[in-house]
Amino acid sequence: MTTFSLSLLAALLVISVLAYLYRRNSMFVPSAVILAITAIVTLYSGESGAIVVARLIGIVIGSSVAAYFFRALLIVLLRGEAKKALQTAPLTAAFGMLVILLYSIAALFAPQIAPYGESEIVGSSYALADDKMILGGDQLGRDMFSRLIYGARNTVGLSIATTCLAFLMGTSLGLFAAIRGGWVDQLLGRMVDTVMAIPSLIFALLLLSIFGTSTLSLILVIAFIYTPLIFRLTRSVAGNIVVMDYIEAARLRGESTWYLMRKEILPNALAPLIAEFGLRFCFVFLLVAGLSFLGLGIQPPTADWGSMVRENATLISYGEYIPLIPAAAIALLTVSVNFVVDWMLYRSSGLKV
Amino acid sequence: MNDLVAIVVKRLGFGLVTLLAVSIIIFGAVELLPGDLAQAVLGQGATEETVRELRAQLGLDRSPPERYLAWLGGVFQGDFGQSLASKKDVASLIGPRFSNTLFLALYAAAIAVPLAMFLGIAAALYRNSWFDRATNVGTLTAISSPEFFVGYILILFLAIKNPWFPALSNVTPDMAFTERLNRLFLPAMTMVLVVTAHMMRMTRAAIINLLASPYIEMARLKGVPQYKVIVKHALPNAWAPIINVVALNLAYLITGVVLVEVVFVYPGIGQLLVDSVTKRDFPVVQACCLIFAATYILLNLAADVGAIVSNPRLRHRK
Amino acid sequence: MKERNESTKIRSDPKVMNNKEKQIFEEIVRDSQKHKVTRREFMQFSMAAGLTMAAGASLWTNEVAASTPKRGGTFRIGLHDGNTTDSLDPATYQSVGQIQIAHTYSAYLTEITANNKLGPDVADSWEANPTATQWIFKLNPNATFHNGNKVTAKDVVASLNYHRGEEATSAAKALLSTVTEIRADGDGTVVVDLSSGVADFPWLMTDYHLTILPAKDGGGVDWESGIGCGPYKIVNHEAGVSTELTRHDGWHREGAYFDEVRFTVINDPNARQTALMTGDVDSITSTDLKTLALLQRNPDIAIDNTPSGSAITLPMFCDQAPFDNVDVRLALKYSINRQEIIDKIMFGTGTVGNDVHVSPNMPYYAELEQRPYDPDQAKFHLKKAGMDKLSVNLSATDSVYPGAVDMCVLFSESAKASGIDINVVREPSDGYWSNVWLQKPFCFVKWGARPTPDNMLSLAYAADAAWNESHWKNPRFNELLVAARAELDEAKRSEMYHEAQMLCKDDGGTIIPAFVNFVCARRKNVMHGPSVASSWENDGARAAHRWWFA
Repeated sequence: MTTFSLSLLAALLVISVLAYLYRRNSMFVPSAVILAITAIVTLYSGESGAIVVARLIGIVIGSSVAAYFFRALLIVLLRGEAKKALQTAPLTAAFGMLVILLYSIAALFAPQIAPYGESEIVGSSYALADDKMILGGDQLGRDMFSRLIYGARNTVGLSIATTCLAFLMGTSLGLFAAIRGGWVDQLLGRMVDTVMAIPSLIFALLLLSIFGTSTLSLILVIAFIYTPLIFRLTRSVAGNIVVMDYIEAARLRGESTWYLMRKEILPNALAPLIAEFGLRFCFVFLLVAGLSFLGLGIQPPTADWGSMVRENATLISYGEYIPLIPAAAIALLTVSVNFVVDWMLYRSSGLKV
Repeated sequence: MNDLVAIVVKRLGFGLVTLLAVSIIIFGAVELLPGDLAQAVLGQGATEETVRELRAQLGLDRSPPERYLAWLGGVFQGDFGQSLASKKDVASLIGPRFSNTLFLALYAAAIAVPLAMFLGIAAALYRNSWFDRATNVGTLTAISSPEFFVGYILILFLAIKNPWFPALSNVTPDMAFTERLNRLFLPAMTMVLVVTAHMMRMTRAAIINLLASPYIEMARLKGVPQYKVIVKHALPNAWAPIINVVALNLAYLITGVVLVEVVFVYPGIGQLLVDSVTKRDFPVVQACCLIFAATYILLNLAADVGAIVSNPRLRHRK
Repeated sequence: MKERNESTKIRSDPKVMNNKEKQIFEEIVRDSQKHKVTRREFMQFSMAAGLTMAAGASLWTNEVAASTPKRGGTFRIGLHDGNTTDSLDPATYQSVGQIQIAHTYSAYLTEITANNKLGPDVADSWEANPTATQWIFKLNPNATFHNGNKVTAKDVVASLNYHRGEEATSAAKALLSTVTEIRADGDGTVVVDLSSGVADFPWLMTDYHLTILPAKDGGGVDWESGIGCGPYKIVNHEAGVSTELTRHDGWHREGAYFDEVRFTVINDPNARQTALMTGDVDSITSTDLKTLALLQRNPDIAIDNTPSGSAITLPMFCDQAPFDNVDVRLALKYSINRQEIIDKIMFGTGTVGNDVHVSPNMPYYAELEQRPYDPDQAKFHLKKAGMDKLSVNLSATDSVYPGAVDMCVLFSESAKASGIDINVVREPSDGYWSNVWLQKPFCFVKWGARPTPDNMLSLAYAADAAWNESHWKNPRFNELLVAARAELDEAKRSEMYHEAQMLCKDDGGTIIPAFVNFVCARRKNVMHGPSVASSWENDGARAAHRWWFA
């Protein structure tokens, strides 16, 4: 056991004991858990394990600090309702917003940020990280970092387009069915059941084999496959709302179906839809990655994170970290989006405790 | 109770119609795929002459409606036909593979459902605590990687670096139950990681959604302990959405496991389906899709029945 | 060729022997491994080769005895290309899984030996008439089917006829197009009549479709029962999952050292390699090239990196502009950086191609000067054709060869230096063979290995061939091809093929960047002879009866 691991353990122990003495439960539980994990990891794999744990702690602290300043900055910059909301926002939500902002910048300004072109061959295959390529090279010697940046554009763009399209179709059809009821509702319900009864990966496989794997058909096919899910969710939430008195009142006022959908029902059905959006958004990456596993994803040399994981996946069996880089990019975005979603859910549930 | 039976019967009827519609869609899709079985089987070695001869021998030269009706006629007599590629009986081809798939799905569900419920309830109970955040980050990270990659990582740590579990799940029919559980541990864990996040988050959301209700407020004001509020008061009303998401994920465990099968070399139905699509082996594709569709319909029905049984208000609504 | 099978080379003292002697030695060692040579004979040979008694004796113990095949064990193979739709019907053979299993449970008239020569299998010997229009095969009298029946001429006739005739739907139909009649002459002789002379006919009998199966009474062959006449008999076969076989004790040849053989289909490259590392299988038929270097570090695993005759081709339609100009074709041939492709796409596991579809391990291979990557030369030819810029489309798909599109992208990058703009078109993998190949003027193709130049060149380069993928019609080449096909004089034949290959290189319409290696891996306790066949993965798909456990 080295001095480094010992001092790490000692520091954690001191924090735990202090938290316990001052009855700070929110501090004591995590620090005690981390202490236990560190002890196990250090015993099992020595100093390298301790360094990993220390880095992880550093990352968590670093991102908390970044999130704190980002929130403070937003509070200064914003006015009115948004400012008030942000003042009560948890750090996790601020962190999520920060990451989403950074990803959006990367996606929008990819050609300006990336040091090399998307498919430009810079060095040898799997070149190690150096000054030229900060994350090393991929299987053809293209710059991993540049491809990650371009990947943000392609992956996130595709995912947003697909999810938005699916939600647009799903919610409008769902709301329409809920308001109209009767045979329209029945017909749409049956159609949706039929589509959902076909496993999504297989259906995507069939449709993409028929329509080809251009980006447009990829977006349309996945959106088509996800629409029924959104429809069902919207329909079930809206079903509980349409029977409310205020909807009846609006109907008696002679409001149009469009108005009812948009102004009366949608705002009240938003919470579960947002929660669903957060997960669905990420499932698109995975479906695309799964399709590329079967040979039908985004076309190379276009960079997308799912395919980047796929292309290098076999390296993981030898303990190489390369496939973890794009996987981490996906994970970070998934977690961030859902942090923000959690916050919105929490606000819309009306809970104050 | 009679109401319930009526609902079930009606839904089963709709289910049959859905199956028919699915079979038409699948037939149409396979028809629209470029190329046909004759070309796929012969590959680069295909000449016009041999392709024509093979088509004639397999009956592929008949018109599509004719072939569909012939197939449908067979199905009504309980005959799903023969695989065009291997000339084997479809039922005997699918039977053992489907039971393998079902076994793996149940194995994964037996771990994933209780785990997700427990985590979801605990996360709702200690919402916004360290535990809640850590659980969320953990489960979300698990679903951020494509499932084949999750499988690779599990293999690396639990089969290569520490040889605790076998990396291949090539089961045989005469394998003992415990041996089977051991062989299937890694694929089952992969699937657990894939489905837990969705179920756990929905459970958590369903419960938190109810916590602002007046009756929960009431219970809390009475001084009922926090965990009792959730388990006794919130959970019973959250069952409907939870059962729904569990059913959806069970369906996924059965129908969405192609990649896990490939990674762990498990002889399930997914691989058969993908191979048959590639070879345009219509009877097999059709039979597999119908089994999946039927599974989905039945699970959905079970979820709705479960929701109705768990909620007296729904039972007497109409 | 040179780096092949480093691990299995004879490690005798190089100071003692010159090349010629070494060759003799390898031959002797090989024979002794097959129990053809006793220790006594071995010693005599060694002395004759100029070795001292002691050196010979130590060589016997070290090299031969240690690698003398032992019987026993279950050989478990992980297959990389098997589908649940695979059938045992030889007319439909296409996947690597089918081919491997076919060579294990069944047998062929002839075989390609571990040294890439032609050897006997069910046929003991064969001879042709002087014009090579009639071939007579004498069958091995000991050959039996797994049900105990003798393999007779009637079975062989039925097995070959299964692939020809009006109603045949076999992919091997084109191969037997010159056959006019196949008949039995008694129980042990088969006579084949051809419409024109084919000197390579016995080589064609090694084609993987042409398994010898029991004849059915009403005509045709019985492939449904899974009965063959190969070294192992099928105990349990589940298509696309696994196949278990056990030794056929009445097999007509030497070898078949393993008691049992078990094939497991493992399509995922990662799963395959993991299974090999954890010892769940003893050998795999294809490794992931990206991680090859990492796999090589594993001390328990040996890699068989075997150059093969399987080529990547980029055919250009020679009757369509701009490819109808030979200088344009040459400019493109000079613009491709073959070594970079081998390094980056194949991770070093390929042999540089020279635009001739005859690989170094095929008979009659002519050593022509290698065409370099030379943008200046390319520009020169382009200018000669009256152009300073050229823009062409190149179609490819990854299902033909993993990395096909990347390879075309690399070609496109390297061709920029000579002012050629290649636009890579990624085609859908479904229906590539029917919609792109032979339809688009410039596309990516991968060919399986064919045993002889005649076989390959008649199939895809003869003017009237259905698969003349480059529409190349050179009169002199076609003259040579026909003449060489019927020529039984080796020296004359060799000369003709030399000229034909030069024509392919300098006038032909096909760019051949590389020949693909078979990269297989096995655990170190699996042994094989000093060389492995290059016709298919795992020693020409015959590992099951040629290899053994140490």
